[in-house]
Amino acid sequence: MLEIKNLHASIEDKGILKGLNLKVNAGEVHAIMGPNGSGKSTLASVIAGREEYKVTEGEINYFGKEISELSPDERAREGIFLAFQYPVEIPGVSTTNFIKTAVNQVREHKGQKPLDAVSFLKVMKEKMKLVNIKQELLSRSINEGFSGGEKKRNEIFQMAMLEPKLSILDETDSGLDIDALKIVSRGVNALRSKDNATVVVTHYQRLLDYIVPDFVHVLMEGKIVKSGDKNLALELEEKGYDWIKVKN
Amino acid sequence: MSKDDKILKEFTSKEYEHGWSVDFEVDQAPKGLNEEIIKLISHKKEEPSWLLNWRLDAYENFKKMNEPDWSNLKIPKIDYQDISYYSAPKKKKMLNSIDEVDPELIKTFEKLGISLQEQKRLSGVAVDAVIDSVSIGTTFKEKLSELGIIFCSFSDAVKEHPDLVKKHLGKVVPSNDNYFACLNSAVFSDGSFCYIPKGVRCPMELSTYFRINASNTGQFERTLIIADEGSYVSYLEGCTAPMRDENQLHAAVVEIHAEKDAEVKYSTVQNWYPGDKEGKGGIYNFVTKRGICNGNNSKISWTQVETGSAITWKYPSCILKGDHSVGEFYSVAVTNNYQQADTGTKMIHIGKNTKSKIISKGISAGFSQNSYRGQVNVMKRAKNSRNFSQCDSLLLGNNCGAHTFPYIDIENKSSMVEHEATTSKIGEDQIFYCLQRGIDEENAIALIVNGYAKEVLKQLPMEFSVEAQKLLSLTLEGSVG
Repeated sequence: MLEIKNLHASIEDKGILKGLNLKVNAGEVHAIMGPNGSGKSTLASVIAGREEYKVTEGEINYFGKEISELSPDERAREGIFLAFQYPVEIPGVSTTNFIKTAVNQVREHKGQKPLDAVSFLKVMKEKMKLVNIKQELLSRSINEGFSGGEKKRNEIFQMAMLEPKLSILDETDSGLDIDALKIVSRGVNALRSKDNATVVVTHYQRLLDYIVPDFVHVLMEGKIVKSGDKNLALELEEKGYDWIKVKN
Repeated sequence: MSKDDKILKEFTSKEYEHGWSVDFEVDQAPKGLNEEIIKLISHKKEEPSWLLNWRLDAYENFKKMNEPDWSNLKIPKIDYQDISYYSAPKKKKMLNSIDEVDPELIKTFEKLGISLQEQKRLSGVAVDAVIDSVSIGTTFKEKLSELGIIFCSFSDAVKEHPDLVKKHLGKVVPSNDNYFACLNSAVFSDGSFCYIPKGVRCPMELSTYFRINASNTGQFERTLIIADEGSYVSYLEGCTAPMRDENQLHAAVVEIHAEKDAEVKYSTVQNWYPGDKEGKGGIYNFVTKRGICNGNNSKISWTQVETGSAITWKYPSCILKGDHSVGEFYSVAVTNNYQQADTGTKMIHIGKNTKSKIISKGISAGFSQNSYRGQVNVMKRAKNSRNFSQCDSLLLGNNCGAHTFPYIDIENKSSMVEHEATTSKIGEDQIFYCLQRGIDEENAIALIVNGYAKEVLKQLPMEFSVEAQKLLSLTLEGSVG
C-alpha cells in the first residue's frame, strides 16, 4: 500500500528526514517510535502532504503511485488520513458540518452521491458509539473548548466516518489519561481490517499495549535504524533509546 | 508565489454573477443636477407641492455642503452633473396589477431569482421590486392590506397615504443630515413604504429588491418603515447591478420608526457590482440608514451582509429614545480586490435602561481596505444603559487592510459599555486541517469564513441566510492564506 524509498525531507532548508525507508501492506499496523526531534511528526506531515515540508529526494509510493506532487486534499480523498497531534479549532464551524463537508467531498471523488441529512445522521450515530462521543459535542464548533481527550476521540471519530485506507496516528496518545487511551484504542482496533493499514507514531510503548502493532520501527536522526515486532517496543521501554544509539 | 497566495488568488477571482443588463425602453432624464431636474422628477411623480418644496429645500442645503472627508476611503472625484437622476422603464399606461408589468421586467427579476407572480411564489415573502428609479410592482399587497399593513412603493404612498408620509418623512434622517442624505432628499425617485398598524405581527417577510439597470444613472431610493405600537415586521433588502466600466452612484436613505413595544428587524444583503479585479467600475454606495426606537420597549435590529460595491459608506444606526428600548447591529462586510468599505453603526442611548449590541465581522482579501467605524453615545438621561460591541477583522492575504475606529462617549456613571476587538489572519493550520480531511481549498475557505461570520449570518431569515453564505464564498472565491 505504502512504500517509502530513501526519503529526504526538510523544513525551511533544515534536513529532517535523511533517507527513510518504510513499507506498509494492507492489513498491517506499524508503530514508529523514536526520541524527540527524530522526525516522527515530520514523517506524518510529509505523507499527508503538508506544504511547509519539502521532499528533496526519494519517493513516496501509495498504491504504486508516486504521490509527492499530489495536494493534501487529493491525498486525503485517495484515502490517506492523519489524526493530528494537535487538532485545530475552527470557530463557528460545527463538528457535524465539518465532517459532513469532508465525507461528501470524499464521496464525490469516489463517484458516489452525497449523503442526505438523514442517512448522514444514521451513519454518524453508529460511528459515535465506537469512540463514545456525544451528540452535544458534535454540534459544537470543531475542537473549540474540547478537552484533550475529546479532541483525540474526535479525530478517531472522523477516521471512522471517512473510512481511510491508510491512517497515520500522530502522537494520538499524548495528553490522554488511561481511560481516554483505552477508548481511543478501542476505536482504532474496531476500524482495523484486512484492507486498511495504520501507522502509529508514538513516544511511548504504553499505547502499543492497546493498539498492538505487527511491526515496530525506531526512527532516529531521520532514518529508521531498527525494525522488529512488538517486542522491540518493550525492549525500548526497558532500555531507552540510548541502547540503540550505543549499538549503532 | 507561495501556495497561500495562490489559493488566495484563485478564491478571489470569481466573476460577478449578476453582471448582465436588459434592454427595455427607458424614460431617462438628461444628465445634470439642478432645480429644473428636481421639478421634473417631482412632476413625473405627480407629487404634491409640499414634497417638491421639501426636495428643493434639501437641494439648497446640498449646494452648501461638501462631501464628507472623514472616512477611511479614497473616493475619486464624482461629477454630480454627469449623472442622470431619473430613469424609469417606459410605461404605456397605469398598471392595475402585477400581471400588466412589462414581460421583459418580469424576466429581469426572474433572472435574479425573484418571481413577481404571486401565485407562483411558494415562500412567504412579499416583494417590492425597484429598477433604476421606479418601483415595478409589489406582491401580496392585498393579503397584507387585510391586516391593515401598507406595503407599497414610496410614490404610491405619497399619493395614497400622504398624511403618514408627511408625518414621518425626514424625521429620523433630516433632509440636511449629511451630504448624501441631502442629495437623496432632493432627487429620490422611489423606494418602499411600509406601515404596520398597532398590535399587528406581519405574517411574512417584506422584501425590497433594488436593481440598477440603465447606464449613467444613479439610484436614489428612499425607504420608510413605520411600526406602530406593539407591531412586528421583518424587512429584507437585496441589491444587484450590471457590470459596467464606469462607476455608478447609489445614495439611499432608510428611515425606521418603532413605536412603543414595536420591533423591526431590517436585513440587507448588499451585492452591488464591486468593480473588476483591477478595480475598474463598480457602484459607489453611500447610504444613510437610521431608526428611532421612539416608544418604550421598542427594538430595532439591523443585520447586513455587505459583499458588493466598489465603495461602501454606510452606518445603520439606532436612536434609543424610549426607555428600555433595544438597538442591535450585526454586520459582515467582505471586501476583495480593490473594494473599499467604511461601515459600522451609531447607537445613541437617550432613554433609561436602553441596551445596544454591536457585532461586526470584517473580512478583507486582495488589495481591499475594510474599516469598522462605530459610535456609542450614552446621554446623561440614559441611566443604567448597556452596550456591548465586538469588532472582529479577518485578513486573507498580505495586501489588504483592516481598520477599527470605535468612538465611545458616556455621560453617566450607571451605564456600562464593553468593547472587544480582534484581528486575525486565516490560519494555515485551519486550512491544512480541512484539506487533510479531503475538503478542497475553496470549500475550506468558505467553511472557515462562514464559521467566522456565523454569529451574524444566523440573524438573517432562513432563505436569506443561505443566499448570504453562498455570496460570501463567491465574493472570496480565489482568495486565502
